[in-house]
Amino acid sequence: MQSSVGNTDAGKRGMNLTLRIWRQKDPSVKGKMVSYKVTDISPDMSFLEMLDVLNEQLIMQGDDPVAFDHDCREGICGMCGVMINGEAHGPQQTTTCQLHMRSFKDGDKIDIEPWRASPFPVIKDLAVDRRAFDRIIQAGGYISVPTGTAPEAHATPVPKKDSDAAFDAATCIGCGACVAACPNASSMLFTAAKVTHLGLLPQGQPERDDRVVNMVAQQDREGFGGCTNIGECSHACPKGISMETISRLNHDLLGALRAGARPKS
Amino acid sequence: MHVVTVTHTGRGTPKVAKTNSVVKKVVMAVSGIVMLLYLVAHVVGNLKVFAGRDSFNSYSEWIRTVGEPAVPHQTVLTIVRIVLVVAVVAHFWAAVSLWRQAKKARPQAYVTKKSVAQSYASRTMRWGGVIVLLFIIWHILDLTVGAVNPDGTDSTPYDRLVASFQNPFITAFYVVALILLGMHLRHGIWSVTQTLGQSNRRRERTVNAFALVFSTLLIGGFLLVPFSVLFGLVD
Repeated sequence: MQSSVGNTDAGKRGMNLTLRIWRQKDPSVKGKMVSYKVTDISPDMSFLEMLDVLNEQLIMQGDDPVAFDHDCREGICGMCGVMINGEAHGPQQTTTCQLHMRSFKDGDKIDIEPWRASPFPVIKDLAVDRRAFDRIIQAGGYISVPTGTAPEAHATPVPKKDSDAAFDAATCIGCGACVAACPNASSMLFTAAKVTHLGLLPQGQPERDDRVVNMVAQQDREGFGGCTNIGECSHACPKGISMETISRLNHDLLGALRAGARPKS
Repeated sequence: MHVVTVTHTGRGTPKVAKTNSVVKKVVMAVSGIVMLLYLVAHVVGNLKVFAGRDSFNSYSEWIRTVGEPAVPHQTVLTIVRIVLVVAVVAHFWAAVSLWRQAKKARPQAYVTKKSVAQSYASRTMRWGGVIVLLFIIWHILDLTVGAVNPDGTDSTPYDRLVASFQNPFITAFYVVALILLGMHLRHGIWSVTQTLGQSNRRRERTVNAFALVFSTLLIGGFLLVPFSVLFGLVD
């Protein structure tokens, strides 16, 4: 199936591209790749703006626009994310919204697919249900503190090294690129980032053991794969979360199990 | 204030091992270390072939008689064999279990998938591991038992070794399997440090460099013997 859309003065300055996009009406039906042509795409457009152009054309033709997730379009919310030519968020280490069309050349063929993992079922086209991540967070990705006035900042000193490493891990936006890129569809980098972020700070200590055993148990329950330390996740992560977090998670988990912590059933 | 309850269900509950993917990884790592240590001892023994037929055969005899008369014949060897079988079974169980989990986690494959970070070694862990396992079975039948050896079961270890490696096809099979094993170890050593929580950003490079050098030296040591026989340095 091929339909041609685009500006009428095609190809004067912008790029002409062939897109192959995963189209799936709803979770119950089988999807397939469908080809579209877009013309006169400016290299200054973001990838999502390019999809907006396609969708405007599809709407004008009376076709169903391509569904994809997006929100802030500033690279900080973690809502957007698709596989672009087999790479999570495409050829640059950034979010799909911050990927620009200058990363492509005129005449390129671009394959666009949703994240593939059984815990991330397709809702429609390129949009997947990532609530599995929310449930991993609910299993332990928090700290319990009394509400009220913010505490005196100097009351709890944090070593600079720890706060830096915790902040690096806290930059995780939960987009799911790690799962999408992983050959095992493992969520280890995501869970490890949360365990590292909270586990390095004094506020995270009281629940540290329970956190790691419960979050790992939850990611297993969700049906994510296991980590084989290949490193695709870290490479795909728009925030560059390091594999070191996974080692820290493993270290924490072994310590917690030795100390007798067991996951809640 | 929300308080999380910790459930203490005693030590060593099998429930955890069944459900926890990270625990499976630990089983994989520890059994891998056991087999790796055995390989180091194995390569040291192999090099005795260069000291001549008698030295090699008497070393083989020593393995069976060590500890006598305090302990019965072959006690040490039997213990080593039991430990190795347990390690192989545990390693295989963890691998199959995680392999199935990964398959279930991505039932629908990508139409286009690019691999940007994975090494050839990490990509061949699973099928490479299966091939290495088949190789080990054949290797035992060839050189330990002698059942598939050109010289048969009624021969000395040295004769079996020379008879096998004088056949270029058998040598080629050993070379392929050993190179696969080397790649398996190269990714395995790095993976062990991650799984046991001993890696960090600073150590990553060192661990990977060590894994590469160690695997190369070990496999180089193993390859020395078949090539020496093939080229007539040992006969």
